[in-house]
Amino acid sequence: MKSKAISYPYVAWMALFVVAPIVIIVVYAFTAAGGGFSLENFHSMAQYATAFGRSFLLAAVATVVCLLAGYPLAYFLARERGWIHRMATMLIMLPMWMNFLLRTYSWKFLLERNGLLNTLFGLIGLGPFQMIDTQGAIVLGMVYNYLPYMVLPIFSVIAKIDPKVVEAAQDLGANSVTVFRRVIFPLSLPGVLSGITMVFIPSVSTFAISRLLGGSKTLLLGNLIDMQFLGSAYNPHLGSAVSLVMMVIVMVCMAVMNHFGDGEEGVTL
Amino acid sequence: MAKELIRLSDLYMQFDDDVILDHIDLYINDKEFLTLLGPSGCGKTTTLRIIGGFQKPTSGDVFFDGKRINDMPPYKRKINTVFQKYALFTHMNIFENVAFGLRIAKVPEPEIQTRVEEALELVNLAGYGKRAVDSLSGGQQQRVAIARAIVNRPQVLLLDEPLGALDLKLRKDMQVELKRIQQQVGITFIYVTHDQEEALTMSDTVVVMDKGNIQQIGTPQDIYNEPKNAFVADFIGESNIIDGIMVQDGVIQMYGKKFPCLDSGFAPNEPVDVVVRPEDIDIVPVEQGQLTGTVTEVTFKGMHYDIIVDFQGFKWLIQTTDYSPEGAKIGVKIDPDGFHIMKKSRYSGMFGDYSSYSSEYDELNEDREADDDEE
Repeated sequence: MKSKAISYPYVAWMALFVVAPIVIIVVYAFTAAGGGFSLENFHSMAQYATAFGRSFLLAAVATVVCLLAGYPLAYFLARERGWIHRMATMLIMLPMWMNFLLRTYSWKFLLERNGLLNTLFGLIGLGPFQMIDTQGAIVLGMVYNYLPYMVLPIFSVIAKIDPKVVEAAQDLGANSVTVFRRVIFPLSLPGVLSGITMVFIPSVSTFAISRLLGGSKTLLLGNLIDMQFLGSAYNPHLGSAVSLVMMVIVMVCMAVMNHFGDGEEGVTL
Repeated sequence: MAKELIRLSDLYMQFDDDVILDHIDLYINDKEFLTLLGPSGCGKTTTLRIIGGFQKPTSGDVFFDGKRINDMPPYKRKINTVFQKYALFTHMNIFENVAFGLRIAKVPEPEIQTRVEEALELVNLAGYGKRAVDSLSGGQQQRVAIARAIVNRPQVLLLDEPLGALDLKLRKDMQVELKRIQQQVGITFIYVTHDQEEALTMSDTVVVMDKGNIQQIGTPQDIYNEPKNAFVADFIGESNIIDGIMVQDGVIQMYGKKFPCLDSGFAPNEPVDVVVRPEDIDIVPVEQGQLTGTVTEVTFKGMHYDIIVDFQGFKWLIQTTDYSPEGAKIGVKIDPDGFHIMKKSRYSGMFGDYSSYSSEYDELNEDREADDDEE
């Protein structure tokens, strides 16, 4: 078929830059520095269990915060029309157009010991507080950077709900709470699932946010992997093994979650 | 026997500068099948939505069983609605869709089971409870929508062009079905449509609307046989509408000739609109004709021919089973009961001339009407 041929370049691209790297990672993960099959990398990973735990915990907290803040925002945005709608959409998108590192650096400037916030607190006789280099700062960075990825999918799903369906529910005796609980929320689940996916995955693997806002003491998976390839502890075999395990855990999480949204469409990894 | 259930009193509705409903008065009886019929933008859907509680009139009152219900939200009214595009809950199966209203009303579970089964049986979908919404055809989905509304045992069912999205064959079956359901459950149906055939087939009472006004209220026979003005005559079926003068009771004059008719009650020599239905015209040899004209167009329609005949520059539509070739000179004869005389109205002269008739006309019309009327 002719139409198939159009997809060949993409297939080649995928093979070269997606499949091949994964194969390389798998090979590296299962070999030792001297070559030959080895499970050593996985054994030595045990010492980084806290980094694993911390990464998944912080990503989960950030995802929950994004969901709690993002869902109401998306809901009211989707019900608005006209200039409020356009304005709010703009404001949500705006940070995404700025450089990611720049955004995160500005938080560093705000949260520092001698930063803007502590200076302001000092003026009213409070502080200084330790805000930078904490796990809270990392979560803040994740929420700030990834909130739009939670809002937008939920927003687009809710905006597409036929107002007639809401009317039908009202007509059948549902007050506004019931309409939300029995109709709008279930219908918005696909958006929630893809929002969670799009926030959780980059959060779990981030290394820039934790390096800039978390200081040197809070080691996350992203930093651990980063160190194995570019840092002092050069060991690409261990780095690959960590990446592989993280990938598997993420995939399991997503599979479990998608199972709950069974039959809903529009959820992709 | 007829007991009044709903009364609309001096209902006025305005959006921005557009008058949607222009001071409408209407009462609807219990257990009646009433149809609001009219073209897009005539105000019929708005009227329905006001009864359902989805819109509030700018002024005027809605009474239900004698009580004013203007400010009552939809979920408190004993009224349920069947929406044009079904509006089913796609995240629930058929059973849960139908059970939705009962669950909200906290009906006990065993009763929900029996009532949902009954409702599905009523719309001929027994055993479909476990199916997903997407797995049903359009006609089946519409039946689910009807079951979902009826299971709550409302006193009134509102139907907003429920057959609009179905194909012709299915639509005809569903018309019969709907009438049967209405008679079986014995509640009031208020039905909105732009399709005059649907209205005539199912209704006890037809309300013809145009431009925010009620043009005529009556039984299907009244509306068809005794249209009040040129708009109604044209909208309900095909009509030739000719200028005439009511010389005296029982005598109508047009084309300078006098014809016997059955109408009376007009002033002597009052100018009137004369309606002649295309099927009430007999074709006869020229010498026996009350009028003579030339055939300009013939269209085969299956059961009959549509022929367009030019009578002194005014073109008539005649439906006949006798074939007359294009260009033929024919005579026509109209029985006294074939004439229907109407007083002059603001619609006079706007309808009833078939000069621009073409066989595609009907189809074009259908397409345009099939678009949603967003009122």
